[in-house]
Amino acid sequence: MPDTGLLLYGGAFGLILIGIAGIVLSAHLVRIIFAVALLEAGANLLLLLATWHQGAAAPIIVAGRVPDLMADPVPQALVLTAIVIGVGILALALSLALRVQRAYGTLDMHEVRRHMEQDIADEAGIDMPSSSHAPAAVQTARQESGA
Amino acid sequence: MQWLVLVLVVVMLTSAVAVLVLKDFLAALAALSVVSLGLSVLFVILRAPDVAMTEAAIGAGLSSLLFALALRRLGLWRNGGRP
Repeated sequence: MPDTGLLLYGGAFGLILIGIAGIVLSAHLVRIIFAVALLEAGANLLLLLATWHQGAAAPIIVAGRVPDLMADPVPQALVLTAIVIGVGILALALSLALRVQRAYGTLDMHEVRRHMEQDIADEAGIDMPSSSHAPAAVQTARQESGA
Repeated sequence: MQWLVLVLVVVMLTSAVAVLVLKDFLAALAALSVVSLGLSVLFVILRAPDVAMTEAAIGAGLSSLLFALALRRLGLWRNGGRP
């Protein structure tokens, strides 16, 4: 049986890792916003754990008496602010996702990226920048000249 | 206390994985609010009752409401995640 602090640190780092993995690996925009929410939760837990002691009392002064071993109230105030700011970030991200769907009709990141590159190319008056997906002619030319 | 923390951490990590794996976005949202509620109980164990109140009210309540309204507007409400 591992001790409580180790378990809590494991939970915090696990949440952060799952959040980063979701941001990197997901293709759907709403799923990426879900992963951002998970990352926020893990970061809040880690911040609160940084000054936590086993057996400390809650930072509440009752009848003018300060407890001997008290949890630090400063990171708690910080985390309180971070939770509220997190909701603001989620609201902004969701409204941007709504705009993306209204503009392009999809929320899949690959489709959205293709549409955006097309828009940029149209705006600049140039051809679509070729990538590793498209250019069969370029690849055959490369093979003929190189190998 | 140790067993409570162990159960909470295991539940939170499994539902965090479920958020990313589940096809239905409404189910993923429910798993996300399970993570938030587990986190608020952990905050009580960490002797931060005010943070726990805020996390339960805002993290589990308000942000779930926000996500649910956004999912309804995006048309992902009840079709198994398929457009």
